[in-house]
Amino acid sequence: MPAVELHRTTLPNGLRVLIVPDPTTPVVGVAVHVDVGFRSEPEGRTGFAHLFEHLMFQGSESLEKLAHFRHVQGSGGMFNGSTHQDYTDYFEVLPAAGLERGLFLEADRLRAPKLTVQNLRNQVDVVKEEIRLNVLNRPYGGFPWILLPPILYDTFPNAHNGYGDFSELEQASLDDAAAFFDTYYAPGNAQVTVAGYLDVDETLRLVEKHFGDIPARPTPQRPSFAEPVPGAQRRQVVPDAQAPLPALALGYRMPDPGTDLDGYLGHVLLGSVLGDGEAARLQRRLVHTDELVTDVSASAGLMGPLDARDPDTFTISARHPAAVDPDDVLTAVDEELDKLAAVGPSADELARQVARWSAWLHQENDSLTDRMLGLGARELLYGRAEIAVELPDRLAAVTPDHVRAAAGALCSSGRAVLLIEPAGDEGEQA
Amino acid sequence: MTVTTHRSAAEISRTEAGARALPPLGATRTVPLPDIEERTLPNGLRVLAAHRPRVPMVEVRLRIPFAGDDPAHPATAELLSSTLLAGTATRDRVEIDDALAAVGAELGVSVNPERLHIGGSGLADGLPDLLAVLADVFTAATHPDVEVTRERERLVERIIVARAQPRTIAREAVQRRRFGDHPITREMPLGEDVAAVTAEAVRALHAAALVPRGSILTLVGDIDTTAAIAQVENALAGWTSDATARELSPPPPLTPGDVALVHRKGSVQSQLRLSAPALSRHDPRYATLQLTNLVFGGYFSSRWMENMREEKGYTYSVHSGVEFVPGGAVLNVDTDVASDVTAAALLETRYELGRLTAVPPTVAEVEAARSYAVGSLLISLDSQGGLASSLASLAANGLDVDWLRAHPARLEAVTLEEVAAVALAFFAPSAFTGVLVGDADVIGPGVRALGGITGP
Repeated sequence: MPAVELHRTTLPNGLRVLIVPDPTTPVVGVAVHVDVGFRSEPEGRTGFAHLFEHLMFQGSESLEKLAHFRHVQGSGGMFNGSTHQDYTDYFEVLPAAGLERGLFLEADRLRAPKLTVQNLRNQVDVVKEEIRLNVLNRPYGGFPWILLPPILYDTFPNAHNGYGDFSELEQASLDDAAAFFDTYYAPGNAQVTVAGYLDVDETLRLVEKHFGDIPARPTPQRPSFAEPVPGAQRRQVVPDAQAPLPALALGYRMPDPGTDLDGYLGHVLLGSVLGDGEAARLQRRLVHTDELVTDVSASAGLMGPLDARDPDTFTISARHPAAVDPDDVLTAVDEELDKLAAVGPSADELARQVARWSAWLHQENDSLTDRMLGLGARELLYGRAEIAVELPDRLAAVTPDHVRAAAGALCSSGRAVLLIEPAGDEGEQA
Repeated sequence: MTVTTHRSAAEISRTEAGARALPPLGATRTVPLPDIEERTLPNGLRVLAAHRPRVPMVEVRLRIPFAGDDPAHPATAELLSSTLLAGTATRDRVEIDDALAAVGAELGVSVNPERLHIGGSGLADGLPDLLAVLADVFTAATHPDVEVTRERERLVERIIVARAQPRTIAREAVQRRRFGDHPITREMPLGEDVAAVTAEAVRALHAAALVPRGSILTLVGDIDTTAAIAQVENALAGWTSDATARELSPPPPLTPGDVALVHRKGSVQSQLRLSAPALSRHDPRYATLQLTNLVFGGYFSSRWMENMREEKGYTYSVHSGVEFVPGGAVLNVDTDVASDVTAAALLETRYELGRLTAVPPTVAEVEAARSYAVGSLLISLDSQGGLASSLASLAANGLDVDWLRAHPARLEAVTLEEVAAVALAFFAPSAFTGVLVGDADVIGPGVRALGGITGP
């Protein structure tokens, strides 16, 4: 695999630019990452960052409603956007002939989105359907990403539901949207990433041509979302009328990836040692030896590893038969964490997890979309897209002692315990 | 907000320079698809291999036709699938996983009424190790009693969870609605059937049905194709059987009919699942059907999506697409909508189906669909995994990479008249049957008033 080339510049209006050529593909991608996520949305407006992401697809000065979708797809491409804790991304991936079109489409909405009451009301309805589909009309909806943070965290930014409450979505006004755009979608608060089959100089010229005349605006000061690590266990029971079986999730805090990347990666590999594959500690103990749970998983980062700034969440979740006492599951998890905190994984055990990570990272690299979004997110969050490139080596350098220390950190800190209890007619069957 | 003054929405949407023109497309870039090396081994296994070296990985897809008539077959097959990697004569579950992990490999086993599928990937230089694990489990999997017992209990619980999901309820209902009691409908076993499966039955099914003849292994990645096929032959030579893997019989032709209402108490959304006959990739009109479907509801810029989501706000998403079944294909027209707009959404869906036949797609609609079909094919084949899955799917239907290479030209050749004819033949509302899952007490009166509804 040829080394990944990263070319950067910053336009006079403050927009950061990352260009990543790849001569082996017939495809090109354009992504805009904006430095605002659902942690930054105002109190009383839960879900607003995500709702605003929808509004950015509703037209702009040069593009009527529906035109963005039609131009991307009519050029043979695909598009999407997503809202995370600390950033919002927008992208399209097209046959290489569509490069300038992709840049034009992204620039037009970053310069002058068409925000109207009609589109706002329409997209409130669409977002409510998205929430019904993914949360309200299914068992285990929002488990655990919506339900766990309010137990682990105390402050509004970290604790609230990023999908939003219906009543607050319905109150969102056009003026809220204008204020949100003017504050957070300044060019100095955004970054454009272009990856794929492209000429670096020509691409830079096209980026300047399309984004260069967006006037600079003040860039908002990024707030700290830091809050103390809880000192004790916090436990909460949440009834689920549609769930046939109980479930539980544990939430822990993690090191700051910006200042302690090795400590953070120790937690990432701890998640693998605990949960990835049939040989993982919790699979063996909870599923196969003690037969306490149906499924168990462990992972670093509420929305994936290296996807947010500090603070972020380490999660262990499981579904279990109604006859099993959740405290027995907690006890078994704690015993496995204690063992790892005392001795750490074996060198071979860790090496196997590193080999799997290495393979996953190769796969991410093979997909232009994943590679572009991974580089763009790491550049925006940590100022170093190189983290994505260096990750295989950084993970390979993690020692059993790092993982032992990560397990020790989990054992010695407070945590959130979420218990889902079946509460409907359907649940009684179980 | 951190600014106290900001521009109004109207001010934000205008610049002094005004609206700008869409740039033209640039030069087209093509990267040829790799040649596929193919060989049928003495044991009957067909092997396809392609060199695609962007990352040092290899993607693996193995399809074993796995049909069975016995109503209990799906339960036994599901337990076979979940204990295939749970132990062999020489390795236990953990040792199997350790052997895979050591070369960055993962394998997933799944089964449906048509086939058992083993899919995964690993570091390319670990291919011999990955193949050794496959050979071990094919020839020496023991499906240990203790593993079968435990997986049986887990499977019963997982089935309970899955059947609580509205999408599963809707899928099972539409399968029965269009295919009756044909084995293709048995996608998820019944809990009581699973509870009755013995380890002996699992082992017997493995011996009888998990066989190389009729199966297809596809490898794509940073491999020397000739050497990789030799490695497969070397590793899997001991996997033999006189039997041929069993293909599923074609389901009965779909009969148009009313939409069957399925009651789900307390549901806040309804699942609409409509279905009609379609065309397989062997049919000369397939490319035309593909473009017609895109215009109707097959991508975001489609009539149905723009109406239902962007104009009315009834849904987060709609999906319309072709599903291949033995001997043919069916069209799936699916959406989930809030209970209070279910009748309105059904009305709009029937309207858009009818409109496609009465007001056929325009030049602009067909050109956009054509560009999307050609471009999205290019994008989908740009990764090792995407290419492997496409080749494996085509091979299962008796098609090869030449079909892929020729497909853009077929799409380019489709005419407006052909689209209009296919729209009339396949998208008329009268061609469909379907189901509607929701709270019948809430949605029943409204949808029944529209007619063409049966059920509680």
